Amino acid sequence: MSTTSCANVSRARSLADQESLDSLVICRCEEVSRGEILAALETGVSSVSGVKRVTRAGMGLCQGQTCGRLVTSLVAETTGQRADQVEPLTARPPVRPVPMAVLARDRDETAMDGK
Amino acid sequence: MATSWDAVIIGAGVNGCAIAYNLAKRGLRVVILDKTDVCAQASGQNGGGVRQSARDPRELPLAMLSVSLFSSLAEELDQDVEYVQAGNLRLCTTSEQETAMRAAVAQQRVDFGLDVRYVDRGELEALNQHLAEWVVGASYCPTDGHANPLLTTYAFARKACELGAELRTGETVTRIRLSRGTVRSVVTDREVYSTGLVINAAGIGGRAVANMVGLDFPMTPVFTEVLVTEAREPMFAQMIGTASSDFYGHQTTHGSFVWGGFVGYETFLHDGHHGGTQRPNYPEVASAICRTVLRYFPGLGELNVIRTWGGLIAQVADKVPVLGPVPEVPGYISATGFSGHGFGIAPAVGRVIGQAVLGETPDVDLSPFTADRFGPVH
Repeated sequence: MSTTSCANVSRARSLADQESLDSLVICRCEEVSRGEILAALETGVSSVSGVKRVTRAGMGLCQGQTCGRLVTSLVAETTGQRADQVEPLTARPPVRPVPMAVLARDRDETAMDGK
Repeated sequence: MATSWDAVIIGAGVNGCAIAYNLAKRGLRVVILDKTDVCAQASGQNGGGVRQSARDPRELPLAMLSVSLFSSLAEELDQDVEYVQAGNLRLCTTSEQETAMRAAVAQQRVDFGLDVRYVDRGELEALNQHLAEWVVGASYCPTDGHANPLLTTYAFARKACELGAELRTGETVTRIRLSRGTVRSVVTDREVYSTGLVINAAGIGGRAVANMVGLDFPMTPVFTEVLVTEAREPMFAQMIGTASSDFYGHQTTHGSFVWGGFVGYETFLHDGHHGGTQRPNYPEVASAICRTVLRYFPGLGELNVIRTWGGLIAQVADKVPVLGPVPEVPGYISATGFSGHGFGIAPAVGRVIGQAVLGETPDVDLSPFTADRFGPVH
């Protein structure tokens, strides 16, 4: 967890200066670019969960299983932490998408095989 | 070394940030302190309802003020907060529920001038084509709606900071110092903040913060769960609830559905009342939410659930918040105990607490929300 959010601004700006990289898509599920994530980190966001709440990075079908590490490294660079010091996204069930009817146990999940 | 502030706000949830915005706008030098992060508890986990219908009569004036503020909030905060004002439907499935709902609706219309009415099955079908056969009608309040609580909270925080407020996360308040009974400073694990004003917007931590100045009120964390589905094309825009209060939810502007609900024995699954802030998932709850939603919206069964999460409601014994100054402790102002309704009324809370702090008459009478309504405050 970082400390003063406002202190991250200058570091975020220097990373954001690398404009050519800004259009790189970091979160494929929600199509969130590196530039959008750095913009969030410039304006009061200082955590991986914060980036998710503001930009939707990690909020899609894979729940950050693809982009989580990339977002973590951007938060680490911006806040001056090591990546392993940055609080990762909270993992929550289900591990993979499950139809409401299956979760409701209205239908046996094995019946969904092959769909 | 102490720094000096006009006001210290404890809690970077939506209400703390809305209060900070209102005070910063009026030129006060404020700092928001949070032990974890912006939106870390209920503000980040709620269902996003902006609802007036079926509110407690004490809270309804705040909810109505809030709706009037939400309409211009995006412009005011320079942020699209995904506010959709498409009405709230509270679904009835029996003639008993219909009778009670018609009476409740008439009372809200007469007592508060709220634009709410009962719609029968025929009119309901014109509003929402996806309801199960057994739904007989609903209350319909066209000015109700929903918004994105995450974007709203960050928008308040960001605007407050633009106006000069400071936001400090990862910093825990350990005590509030009084001198001759009056607030003098707030002490954290990092620093001492000299101030004559402390605002308790600490959500589920609000009772512990009140205890720091010698106050107490009956509030306990109540566990609940919410789930979100994959996105699909727009189906309906209303906020949905039921006369049985067994679930609530809506389709977001992004296309996903957010559903919250109850199995009825969450309190016994979770030991939140022992002070725990863990928010686990109990498999019973998401399953029950899906079962209930599908009884009302049978066509959604194929929709994939992509995440479920737990949240803690700061529930006060009589289910309305503790709001406003406390005469016994000059400089201490309460804005906590929102009992699960904190998001929808936050713009109004920010405004009226701001007015109370500045010694003005709040737009909404705060007397139903005093800390001593349960008995002596000390």
